[in-house]
Amino acid sequence: MMILLFFVLSVICVGSVLGMIISKNQAYSALFLVLAFSCLGGLFGMLGAPFMAVVQIIIYAGAIMVLFIFVIMMINLRKGISPERKKWTLAVSAVISVVLLAELVFAVLGTPPMPYTAAFSSGTSPTDIGRLLFTKYLYPFEITSVLIIAALVGAIVLVKKREKE
Amino acid sequence: MTDIGILLIKIVLALVWFLVLTLYLTWAERKESAVIQDRIGANRASIFGIRILGLFQPFADAIKMIFKEDFVPVFSRKFLHTLAPFLSFFFVAITIAAIPFGDDIRIAGKTISLQIFDANIGLLFVLAMLSLGIYGIILSGWASNNRFALLGSIRGAAQLISYEVALGLSLVGLIMVYPSLRLSEIVRAQGSLLLGFFPAWGVFLQPLGFIIFLFAALAETKRVPFDLPEGESEIIGFFAEYGGLKWGLFMMTDFMEIIIVSALLTTLFFGGWQVPWLSTAGFEFPWGWKWHLGPWLVTALEVAAFNIKVFIFCWLQILIRWTYPRLRYDQLMDLGWKLLVPLSLLNILGTAIVMSL
Repeated sequence: MMILLFFVLSVICVGSVLGMIISKNQAYSALFLVLAFSCLGGLFGMLGAPFMAVVQIIIYAGAIMVLFIFVIMMINLRKGISPERKKWTLAVSAVISVVLLAELVFAVLGTPPMPYTAAFSSGTSPTDIGRLLFTKYLYPFEITSVLIIAALVGAIVLVKKREKE
Repeated sequence: MTDIGILLIKIVLALVWFLVLTLYLTWAERKESAVIQDRIGANRASIFGIRILGLFQPFADAIKMIFKEDFVPVFSRKFLHTLAPFLSFFFVAITIAAIPFGDDIRIAGKTISLQIFDANIGLLFVLAMLSLGIYGIILSGWASNNRFALLGSIRGAAQLISYEVALGLSLVGLIMVYPSLRLSEIVRAQGSLLLGFFPAWGVFLQPLGFIIFLFAALAETKRVPFDLPEGESEIIGFFAEYGGLKWGLFMMTDFMEIIIVSALLTTLFFGGWQVPWLSTAGFEFPWGWKWHLGPWLVTALEVAAFNIKVFIFCWLQILIRWTYPRLRYDQLMDLGWKLLVPLSLLNILGTAIVMSL
């Protein structure tokens, strides 16, 4: 039963990521990404990490992607990238994707294999995660939050500058 | 096998409760608005000439909606246009799974909780599903390919995203007081007594949190005074291109959101199924009286208490909807970002200070 659910979710997840890349319409790409995030949430839930599952859905599917789609629908881009820019964006994105792929492969090879059940069996309740975040991982947690705030302030500053011109 | 059977029975019962209450809420809304506006309200629907205050009206409405033409505009994106109402209906309907209706009951040595999905993240589950409900609005407006519908859905997305922040933050104080995200545990914690006689309901421990949650939740239901996505009198809203059953699904979603908000208010701030001074053995009044009651009677009282509290909040929300005029867009954003969010942050700070004393 669980293995069936796993295959259904992972097929939908990989399929929707492919759909996101192939789709010409940005709005459809964003919607495919939402589907992929929701399936990822389901997979986290199956691993016995309900908190991760729900946070995945609230933050990625429920908040970030809504803003993405909001902007895409407001701007309504039809043309895409112009042909002269297309050449070098293609080159740059090829290089970046090869680097990311290499990183991913090394990361996966570097992690010791873990049995399916042991991966998330302990410490997945909200209390455990909260305790870890505020003791062992306090500095990474605080630094990440400062980073996010800096990004927010930066975005506001950029928008304000354009208004003055 | 029996576990799956019990689960299926619980799901069916909860959905029947939800849908019947939704149907009768449409009737209650028509009657209550009629009383407010000095009219009589729907009273003509009858079966064999019997018309008890028009109680059959919801069924007549449902039959009318089902047999209307299912119209899909040629200029719309057909698949998403069809998908949108089902999405928004589904994400509201599924939230009922996390609501506890009563204390555990025992049948033939088996303990059955009156709740479908009792996870340690129950509260977050409800919030997640409510936040996914935005996709119904966004997709319906965008797939309709109609400017007014798109305006409505953009307004809706902006409003819901803004008020979700206040909605989530207003609950942090409550989670600090009853240290759990499990809804059944939050309700159990509210059964204890303050100073030995006063029920420890959330509204008494978190009055500010209750007020912020009430306003934010009212905004989440997208009804007057927060009905900018719909705006009946100006843009008709994100469901402008829908008719028949699909429009009916959007309308039912609205009413189901009222019920879910009422159920959440009850569960989080008004003790859920708790009746003051009622424990599993019966009433134990603080002034020493005892009144022994059988376990079935206790369960019945608890479920009845939950239902009555939910009805009272549904009634309150309809009253608000027919009393206040709509906010302007800037007033809406000011209320959300400049009043509710800072107040909820203040509430978290105050709760933390009081708890650390």
